[in-house]
Amino acid sequence: MWSLVTVALVDGGRRDGAELRRVTREETVATRRNVLNWFLGTSAGAMCGSVVYPVLRYLVPPEVPEAATTRMVAGREGELKAGEAKVFPFGARPAILVRTVEGEYRALSATCTHLNCTVQYRADLKTIWCACHNGMYDLAGHNLAGPPPRPLESYKVDVARGEIVVSKA
Amino acid sequence: MSALVRAAAWLEERVGLSAFAALAREKHVPVHRHSLWYYLGGMTLFLFGIQVVTGILLLLYYRPSSGEAFESVQFVMARVPFGWLIRSIHSWSANLLVFVLFAHMFSVFFLRAYRKPRELTWLSGMLLLFLMMAFGFSGYLLPWNTLAFFATQVGTEVAGRVPFVGGFALRLLRGGDQVTGATLTRFYGFHVAVLPALTTLLLGAHLLLVQRHGMSVPPSVESEARRTGLRVPELPFFPNFLLRDAVGWCVALGALAGLAALAPWELGVKADPFAPAPAGIRPEWYFCWMFQTLKLLPARILGVDGELVGILGFGLGGLLWTLVPLFEREGTSDRLRRAITVAGVLVLVYMTFMTIQAYLPEKH
Repeated sequence: MWSLVTVALVDGGRRDGAELRRVTREETVATRRNVLNWFLGTSAGAMCGSVVYPVLRYLVPPEVPEAATTRMVAGREGELKAGEAKVFPFGARPAILVRTVEGEYRALSATCTHLNCTVQYRADLKTIWCACHNGMYDLAGHNLAGPPPRPLESYKVDVARGEIVVSKA
Repeated sequence: MSALVRAAAWLEERVGLSAFAALAREKHVPVHRHSLWYYLGGMTLFLFGIQVVTGILLLLYYRPSSGEAFESVQFVMARVPFGWLIRSIHSWSANLLVFVLFAHMFSVFFLRAYRKPRELTWLSGMLLLFLMMAFGFSGYLLPWNTLAFFATQVGTEVAGRVPFVGGFALRLLRGGDQVTGATLTRFYGFHVAVLPALTTLLLGAHLLLVQRHGMSVPPSVESEARRTGLRVPELPFFPNFLLRDAVGWCVALGALAGLAALAPWELGVKADPFAPAPAGIRPEWYFCWMFQTLKLLPARILGVDGELVGILGFGLGGLLWTLVPLFEREGTSDRLRRAITVAGVLVLVYMTFMTIQAYLPEKH
């Protein structure tokens, strides 16, 4: 009975009863071996999977929910003279606040769009510069020269009650 | 019978050390005009040994967290007796190791020692080279200084730009979306546990294969020997070749001590995630050719981000280089052989030129 079930199982039930009775002893043994191998193989596979999957998941850290910073005080009025700049933490990422020669404030993301370095203001060139791969941006964040493929994200700047408030548009 | 002889006999009965002695007697090294290159593998192994020893010593004081890493290395450099020596030797030896390893690889490449039956020796060697570069990259971050911080920022971002697996690789390497203390802890784990374990396995396989096949005789020397009917002369490995090796190692140890004393490895400034990348920043010299390429690539190439083209190019180039034994088989035409050599020369020239360019002062 077992051998018949086995053959039926292996063949997907395609054989009719008469054919099944003609199945030779050797074929029965071979197919029984096949089924056992199949069980063994899938069990081993499942066991490997049950070990590998948790390890892979463990390796990648969980997303730590981070209060999305959309607005923050970047400094006090008068802290920066015209033609000066500072990098400040805007949430988890650095941002840059520039006071132009004309006295206007500009705030941009300070993470270079090329390969993630932190940019700086070059007073001598009146541009934003990335020291890592020599990328240049203008004070509106547009990529001017070098490898950066995209402009820097720019933020809104408001001066209220002596505080410079930077916010995401 | 002296006690020593009796002890040797006791061991022989239980361990069978004579098999090793026989192996040592059998091993010979061919002597010809390119024999000098044979010393580079042994030199790499010696420098790796220095790394293991000094690395273990540094472990005794190092603390792998963003709050303490810099200070602990500072303590080693300034307060621990001979701490400056141990750390400087570790850093200098790491650089020397990579240099010798590259020389070893190029010599094997140009002498075509990767040919059948040594394909797997070449493969294991290339994998070891990648492992050593991973050692360099992960170790560079451990003192948690500004240079290392931005080198890691860029290096992990490069991994993150690889199509399909990039996002996973980035978070796997950084332990988050940004380079933080979590990244430092991970790199420490890679540097002192994961990479050493993998290296032990591969180094074992590499050395075993070298013993199995013996030294490769360059094709030019082989054909000359066939023409003249003279056999290529040989030198016993033990003790003749090993003693010559040892001379090189003594020189290397002296050079390391000299470098450490005259030019102790700098520690730099503690990393500040919210400070701009300082001017003149660059990675370790052996990554500079890639760094310089990324600097020079335009923002967009045929509608694709320039750095992506560069990253895929490095990956493809590295793969082809690793698979070079597959291109050169017994029936390979002389034209293809010459092409492989020319490609090797071009790669060497490109890497040298770009590395030098990365060190030249820049015009802004």
